Amino acid sequence: MTDTPTARPVSRRGLLTGGALAAGGALAGGAAIAATRTGGSGQPPAAAADTMPVANVGGLVEPFHGARQAGVVTEPQAHASFVALTLRAGTDRAALGRMLRLLSDDAARLTQGRPALADTEAELGLLPARLTVTFGFGPGLYRAAGVDDRRPTSVADLPQFRIDRLQPAWSGGDLLLQICADDAITVAHAQRVLIKDSRPFATVRWVQQGFRRSPGVEPGGHTQRNLFGQLDGTANPRPGAPMDSAVFVADGPAWLRDSTTLVLRRISMNLETWDLLGRTDRELAVGRRLDSGAPLTGIAEHDEPDFAATGPDGLTVIPDFSHMTRAHVTDDRFKILRRPYNYDGVPTAEGHADSGLIFTSYQADIARQYLPIQQRLAERDLLNEWTTPIGSAVFAIPPGCQPGGWVGEQVLG
Amino acid sequence: MRTTSPFGSRRRSAVVLATAAALAAVGVAGCGSSDSSSAAQPSPSVSASAPAGVVTIRDPWVKAADKGMTAAFGTLVNDSDTDVTVTSATTSVSSMELHEMAMKDGKMVMQQKQGGILIKAKGTHPLEPGGDHLMLMDVKQPVRAGDELTFTLTFADGKTQQFTAVAKPFTGAQETYAPGHGEPMPSMSATPEMSMSPAS
Repeated sequence: MTDTPTARPVSRRGLLTGGALAAGGALAGGAAIAATRTGGSGQPPAAAADTMPVANVGGLVEPFHGARQAGVVTEPQAHASFVALTLRAGTDRAALGRMLRLLSDDAARLTQGRPALADTEAELGLLPARLTVTFGFGPGLYRAAGVDDRRPTSVADLPQFRIDRLQPAWSGGDLLLQICADDAITVAHAQRVLIKDSRPFATVRWVQQGFRRSPGVEPGGHTQRNLFGQLDGTANPRPGAPMDSAVFVADGPAWLRDSTTLVLRRISMNLETWDLLGRTDRELAVGRRLDSGAPLTGIAEHDEPDFAATGPDGLTVIPDFSHMTRAHVTDDRFKILRRPYNYDGVPTAEGHADSGLIFTSYQADIARQYLPIQQRLAERDLLNEWTTPIGSAVFAIPPGCQPGGWVGEQVLG
Repeated sequence: MRTTSPFGSRRRSAVVLATAAALAAVGVAGCGSSDSSSAAQPSPSVSASAPAGVVTIRDPWVKAADKGMTAAFGTLVNDSDTDVTVTSATTSVSSMELHEMAMKDGKMVMQQKQGGILIKAKGTHPLEPGGDHLMLMDVKQPVRAGDELTFTLTFADGKTQQFTAVAKPFTGAQETYAPGHGEPMPSMSATPEMSMSPAS
């Protein structure tokens, strides 16, 4: 799983299998099949189809089993659905075990490009497109299971912040299903399968669906752009050991080791008032350039900002109220991993956007890492003028499982 | 309650079955297609104990049900060089019958399968909603989602084989039941036609 987070292509045999099915008329198979069919059809635009390289996005697989759950340090996929469930009364420790066995089996199959057991749309399970399914446990799950002593201490309702305008419809949740893939149909099918198997145990509290750039649109490793046009996530911990130590719990009992935590905030971004700003003001609000993401004192995105540098007017080049100044953390152990997705709802009749960010922050300890940053931002961050948190939820992301096991077994077993 | 199959004609039903069979076959190849590590992944729901080693069942599952009738599904796999016939199935929570779907008065109904379920040599036989299945006639206790049930298959030569199936919430498989077409039903008396209740 996260031990080897890179994607690997499905084997030739896997593709041939898909091809046999396609030939049978049951479905269109993998990308290689699509290329063959298009090329052989003789239909325009055959020339373009013949020469255009076909990326095997659909066949790429992320591991499911491992010490840590996938979907955290996994290179972010293009589409995400966050499904928060409320446990039904009577869903106790034993029922949660039955539920998570079912859901883990669904995830183990679908992420590897195999239909779920009793899959009613089996053809939709054959193209995983780097699907990951990540399970999160809210405080209510530990209470329902009677295992509150196994709840990571920092997984609790956040303090109320001055800037919050939280709506119950976007907040809380006992169990989170984080479903990510590079294809929206794959996400939709996985969501359908997982919700169907959840229904005897839980109700749907909220669903938040978001997107990033599609695979192949720009080279990998690029920082995400939000709908304000800003690069978002530049200051993430560096991959490797710094990332691991910031995100995952290194030791402790089995239910804690290799776990992480998630703070998920729905942040409405007011594109109407943002439109009133010129480019210079937009860059001052964040402290970075819009094009490169470089700090206003630097040239490249990852240049260290110089908060002391002053301009001709004697003021600091990077304003002390800028988002970057307020959020800045130098020690990797206190950094957070942001893995945000954009949302873009339906505009009002007047054409006003309903846009924003599904902000996700992963860290070993919410109190040590996330809260200090959030408190500084809530106190004073110019960006608060145009952004409003309207939803909030916290979850533990328990350790992963090995083949034959299930996610949550260390907590509930 | 009486529920009819959405499949209006024999032809349509045959197509659906053929498609499902193809998918089931792909499922096998898919298991071993990625690499050795993913091929080795056992699933909590797959358990095909094989003392006889002749017939196994792939991806077995049973439809969760609070009461009444329900059914078990999967793909029977015969790795031997001779045909094998399943003559009966048992489980602790219910009496069982081997069922098939058949056209009756223009509707697909399920009925007892005469002569058992034949699995050709080196062949597979799907047990699926809308097709042959292992019928639980009247569960004595709720079969809850995520429960695991043990089944015993008996073959024509008298040998038996056990497997475990996980219970899945499933709203399909509500085929109309038409007893009387097969052998007499000892446990079915008053109701002329029954349907499987949806999963709770």
